[in-house]
Amino acid sequence: MSLTSAIRDRDVAQLPSRRDEDWRWTDLRGLIRILPQPSPPFAGDPGAGVFDPLATQVVTLANGRGEAVIYVPAGETAWVALRILSQGDGAHAARVSITLADGARLHLFETYEGEGGYVAQTSLALTLGEGAGVERIVLAADSAGGVSISQAEVTLSPKSEFAQTVLTCGGRRQRIETRVAHPGGHASLRLDGVYLLADKAHADLTTVVTHAGVDGLTEQLTKGVVRDQARGVFQGRIVVREGADRTDAKMGHHALILSDRAEVDAKPELEIYADDVACAHGNTVGALDEDAMFYARQRGMPEADARALLTEAFVGQVIDRIDHNEARDLVRGWAAERLRP
Amino acid sequence: MLKVTNLHAEVDGKEILKGLSLEVPAGEVHAIMGPNGAGKSTLSYVLTGRDGYEVTGGTATLDGEDLLALAPDVRAARGVFLSFQYPLEIPGVPALTFIRTALNAQRRARGEAEITAPAFLKLAREKAQALKIDFDMLKRALNVGFSGGEKKRMEILQMAMLSPRFLILDETDSGLDIDALRIVSDGVNALRGPDRAMLVITHYQRLLDYIKPDRVHVLAGGRIVASGGPELAHELEANGYERYEQAA
Ligand SMILES: Nc1ncnc2c1ncn2[C@@H]1O[C@H](COP(=O)(O)OP(=O)(O)OP(=O)(O)O)[C@@H](O)[C@H]1O
Ligand SMILES: [Mg+2]
Repeated sequence: MSLTSAIRDRDVAQLPSRRDEDWRWTDLRGLIRILPQPSPPFAGDPGAGVFDPLATQVVTLANGRGEAVIYVPAGETAWVALRILSQGDGAHAARVSITLADGARLHLFETYEGEGGYVAQTSLALTLGEGAGVERIVLAADSAGGVSISQAEVTLSPKSEFAQTVLTCGGRRQRIETRVAHPGGHASLRLDGVYLLADKAHADLTTVVTHAGVDGLTEQLTKGVVRDQARGVFQGRIVVREGADRTDAKMGHHALILSDRAEVDAKPELEIYADDVACAHGNTVGALDEDAMFYARQRGMPEADARALLTEAFVGQVIDRIDHNEARDLVRGWAAERLRP
Repeated sequence: MLKVTNLHAEVDGKEILKGLSLEVPAGEVHAIMGPNGAGKSTLSYVLTGRDGYEVTGGTATLDGEDLLALAPDVRAARGVFLSFQYPLEIPGVPALTFIRTALNAQRRARGEAEITAPAFLKLAREKAQALKIDFDMLKRALNVGFSGGEKKRMEILQMAMLSPRFLILDETDSGLDIDALRIVSDGVNALRGPDRAMLVITHYQRLLDYIKPDRVHVLAGGRIVASGGPELAHELEANGYERYEQAA
């Protein structure tokens, strides 16, 4: 059961459906009646990407064509802009493989850019050597008519660091999934997300972290703002295996619902089989603070401006955690554009 | 300036203001005193347009314009400012950002040009200094983790920067230490002028030693039940509200 094989075989029966526990809020089977033809090659010039100026290497995968293999040798640092482009109404799948040798560092600036009613799948495999470090920043701007599923498998080594911030404005149906094999051993993981959804957009941020060894650190903060008839899904699972003692894991998910018809479905799960662990999670879904809104309006801000200011501040607390300075500013601008009137 | 006539207002279906009338001419400072629960804060919210405060009768005008028909931000742009009894915390928004956004929104609404960043910072430094507020505090999220007195000072700073025409101070003195009371009062007095007017809500005569009112009103049971000169505040301090509560 996977989207990749469904696309390959043009077989809707292989699509995940609401019967699959993990996909019940992002049902593809019920949505896609017929899998479209394979996408033709990307037509025209995609233009420059937002992160190009920050990167030393730009890797573009357009309509599933090309396989990206990125390798960062021991002790080196790379700045890679990875652009995943979708165009038209066809179906396509792309693969990306990223390997960091011991002590290597990577700034990965990943964008999803779409136009049309495509069905797209992207598989990423990221492997970090001992002491390696990755900051992955994802800006997902799929088209309102696109179906897009991104699935990353991350394998950490002891003392490695992986920090991720995903921002998305959703799609017709969109899921950004990150699965992390965490060996402990003072490896540290940060998995953050922001979803900003309007109209009928759907976004699903799903993460699964499996702590298999002692002394692992995981920190997660996801925030969402949904309006109109949009729907946000957050599924965060942290598994602490037997013996993975001294695991320190924190998970937070907080969402603001700005209209009656918008929806947020959240499932934070901590599955702990070890004894000596520090795990905490918090989950809140609510409306914008009306008292704060009145306060801002009493000071002269029109409703839309006050809402933009407060929602920007709300998601700003996630954006503040991005390490890379220029990327953080860029991402803040991207979010503001989607929250301002 | 402000003219309130026979104002009735409800909160959650309960009538709180029951035919309140009040007139504050330009250039004057009026104090409102009254027992807990009399409707003082309710009046300030009705005048500023807070949701949930439903006007069921009467009028309120500012310079002849129907105040009650305007959105809260439009009232602010006309110059109405409320110093909150309980200022709100705004997580993630530095005080400076909040005030600059508010100031520019007001300017836009009045068809004025936005203030430049250097001019804004200069103004903020100047006003913060006058109110003895550490400038670094303005870089912190507005009111988050501020002490009660600091929040009140921050209200007056916002007032000083927005330079409103009609000021409502709802128990600005509560929570202020003796020095702060003087500093804040100086800040308020600096805004006195022939084109401005103020409504000062307080429980304590002491504030009125610093901000000298032209008139003092007693609000009890949702109405103004007595009005007089500054001596009325002394009389209330000595005798309490008992006889007015009976009148109400
Ligand atoms: N949401 C509400 N639902 C019901 N009653 C309310 C609500 N808000 C205020 N009230 C009531 O309205 C009355 C007036 O309250 P208000 O805050 O205006 O009093 P106040 O004069 O400012 O008192 P204080 O001196 O204690 O500040 C009180 O009896 C209060 O309980
Ligand atoms: Mg009050």
